[in-house]
Amino acid sequence: MIFDLSLIADSIPKMLAGIGITFQLMALSAFLGLILAVILLLMRISGKWYLSWPAQVHIYVFRGTPILVQIFIIYYGFPQFEFIRESIFWPILREPFGCAVVALSLNTGAYVSEILRGGVLGVDRGVLEAGSALGLSARHKFIYLTTPIAARLALPAYSNDFISLMKATSLASTITLMDMTGIARTIVAQTFAPYEIFISLAIIYMVLTWGIQKTFGRIEKYLSRYVKP
Amino acid sequence: MTNSASETLIEMQNVDKFFGTFQALKNINLEVKRGEKIVVCGPSGSGKSTMIRCINRLEKHDQGHIIIAGKELTDDVKDIDAVRREVGMVFQSFNLFPHMTIVKNLMLAQRLVRKINKVEARETAMHFLERVKIAEQAEKYPVQLSGGQQQRVAIARALCMKPEIILFDEPTSALDPEMINEVLEVMTDLAKEGMTMICVTHEMGFARSVADRVIFMDAGEIVEEAEPEEFFKNPRNERTKKFLSQILTH
Repeated sequence: MIFDLSLIADSIPKMLAGIGITFQLMALSAFLGLILAVILLLMRISGKWYLSWPAQVHIYVFRGTPILVQIFIIYYGFPQFEFIRESIFWPILREPFGCAVVALSLNTGAYVSEILRGGVLGVDRGVLEAGSALGLSARHKFIYLTTPIAARLALPAYSNDFISLMKATSLASTITLMDMTGIARTIVAQTFAPYEIFISLAIIYMVLTWGIQKTFGRIEKYLSRYVKP
Repeated sequence: MTNSASETLIEMQNVDKFFGTFQALKNINLEVKRGEKIVVCGPSGSGKSTMIRCINRLEKHDQGHIIIAGKELTDDVKDIDAVRREVGMVFQSFNLFPHMTIVKNLMLAQRLVRKINKVEARETAMHFLERVKIAEQAEKYPVQLSGGQQQRVAIARALCMKPEIILFDEPTSALDPEMINEVLEVMTDLAKEGMTMICVTHEMGFARSVADRVIFMDAGEIVEEAEPEEFFKNPRNERTKKFLSQILTH
């Protein structure tokens, strides 16, 4: 087959015009998802069933269904309900961008809370006992001992989820958002050149992944400064 | 609080402790006066660690009373906090905070529990690091220190809280042989200064030279309690004799 290089050269800048939306989806969902993850984590380890149980249901539902389906339910399904259309969330849920952020945040929040829980469970019990013996309260132990240690333990798995989230933003193109994938699909529809366009698109995502990996590598190095040299 | 030498700091009355159906402590009665140094020994699984962990409520006792410096340990968090402020603890595996430098390890509880300002907390920390002869390591992380050094840091960390009592839970068991003495020296110095101490240890040389009383535990009970001289020369109980013959013949 013939690979049309000039088409690639033309289309890459066009797709890059959508990188802003990709970044916004990624950054907003990662931020909101992390907040949600911490809340879900605290609910799960609270030891109170009426907090732990809803958190587990959320985690089960959002890990148990495809993100694409979640996006469709939120975008196509929610507007059917009058009470949603009349709620304060409607201005967000009316827009495809808002729907995508909500779906991605809820989804990544479920995964990340489990990642964080793994980190929390990995904290050496002896360290926490030493904290108790010194008279630290449960809250102080959580803030000053568990959180920094668990963050380091959870980071490699978290970076993995972050990369998944970045790639999952491409699903937003299915609900009319013109992110990089959305633009690529439009170009393909006009040029009938799926190979060139989608391979170029894949390369852009790979470069982004490389950047994320590097960034997390740095953070990991910093957080691991106290681990065996 | 008075400073009379006969004041009782630790009182355990008929203390029982269960792990599930397993009885870890059986009817423990123990009285420790201010300035006394107690060495606790016994075979593994005999309840030594559990006993001292009940004293600062790392374990909750099921029956009986534990009264520390006049405060009884109950479910009341305030009383537990009050007791923990008076009782320092040194662990077998050091349990330093791995993500903090040595000096920060010593400052954390001072700042959060005693509400001491940064400058003063650092001064206190450096003072006690000098006492355990390790001040030059202040800015390092625990992992960069040897086991013996880490344990001395752990002792200094406990001392920073100015406790009335220090509990030692097999402080030298995880150390390489050449590092045991540097830790025992620090402990001996503390004992000479009049610190009230309970040490779970098998260092019989330390017991002989430092302890006011030696307690032997087996199967969750205090089997024998005597001054070291008497304890080593004339153990009365068969179980004590057997234990001593096992650890002293080598």
